[in-house]
Amino acid sequence: MSFDYLVLGAGATGLNTWDILATLFFFTLLMVLLKKFAWGPLMGIMNEREQLVASEIEAAENSRIESQKLLDEQRELLKQARTEALAIVENAKKQGDVSREEIMTTAREEAARLKESAVREIETEKARAIAAVREEVVSLSVLAASKVLEKEVTEEDNRALIEATIAKAGEAK
Amino acid sequence: MDHLAPEYEFLGMTGNWSTLMMLAITTLIVFLIAVISTRNLKLKPTGMQNFMEWIMDFVKGIIKSNMDWKTGGSFHVLGITLLMFIFVSNILGLPFAIVYDKYLWWKSPTADPVVTMTLAVMIIALTNYYGVKAKGFKGYISDFAKPLPFMAPLKVIEEFANTLTLGLRLYGNIYAGEVLLGLIAGLATASAFGFIGAIIPGMAWIGFSIFIGGIQSFIFVMLTMVYMAHKVADDH
Repeated sequence: MSFDYLVLGAGATGLNTWDILATLFFFTLLMVLLKKFAWGPLMGIMNEREQLVASEIEAAENSRIESQKLLDEQRELLKQARTEALAIVENAKKQGDVSREEIMTTAREEAARLKESAVREIETEKARAIAAVREEVVSLSVLAASKVLEKEVTEEDNRALIEATIAKAGEAK
Repeated sequence: MDHLAPEYEFLGMTGNWSTLMMLAITTLIVFLIAVISTRNLKLKPTGMQNFMEWIMDFVKGIIKSNMDWKTGGSFHVLGITLLMFIFVSNILGLPFAIVYDKYLWWKSPTADPVVTMTLAVMIIALTNYYGVKAKGFKGYISDFAKPLPFMAPLKVIEEFANTLTLGLRLYGNIYAGEVLLGLIAGLATASAFGFIGAIIPGMAWIGFSIFIGGIQSFIFVMLTMVYMAHKVADDH
């Protein structure tokens, strides 16, 4: 059995220079072609994806910051609104107090005025009533006296007399 | 097993038709795989695009484990092409070998030492070229006296040793695989018993050869990047 085939380049005679050139040629050709048609575009798309991912992440980060800012703004506004509302309520309460005070004062004054005028009226009425009663008493007394005495006394004399009497009685009382 | 090589002579240099043909087929297959799977690229990758992107990231990982990406990025295309070219070459000889009139026509191109040594020499030449380009001629030369000056002869020898190991490792693995496959095939065709006996070792060895083909292409690219990093990167 021959072991020639275990020798390097078995079966060949001498150095296959064309094989060397062919190997170099095919490998170089393959590398150039693949770079142009396969690896180049593939690397391009991978870079593109890398950039896309990076930009997406950046955009997400940006929008996160933006929304955080908006949130803070809203929170601030809410706080402001709350304080404002509190102030308004406070104001209204104060206003209410003031107007209540005012209304009560006017009401009190009105009441006092009414009471006073009522008292004054009562006073007048009383005086008038007293005068009327007095007059009535006088005429009744005259009538009574003239009936009792049946004496010819002039109305004027009687009246003067009786009035004097009543006045005396009033004084005695 | 004593196959002859279909040789030709042209312009005073010899060549091997079979090697030429297999190299052309390998190139075609790799080109078709790569181009078809990178048609209609999308930002959201599907199907073969995923696979290609995985290969790219894989090679990127190899390069990144040896040097930083800023210097290593320019070797990305070289690495991917090398990986796919060698892997397809390794696999190509597995399903069958075509022997016509005692001439071996169909085999792995990497089962030919001329091819693997050409690739290895090309790689070492490239590393030296990029070494000069990256550090200037003075820096490149002074690198040989780097750890200790008296080790410079060893460093020179190392270059040749690297070339030999890089090329012959690949050749040996693939060639041995094909020889053993040939023996198993010989056993299978010898008799009915032989066929039955050869089924299991045949399947096992083909599976193992596919594995070896992948591993060897990975090792080749890995070592390429290691040597490249030795020459290009500032230090380790």
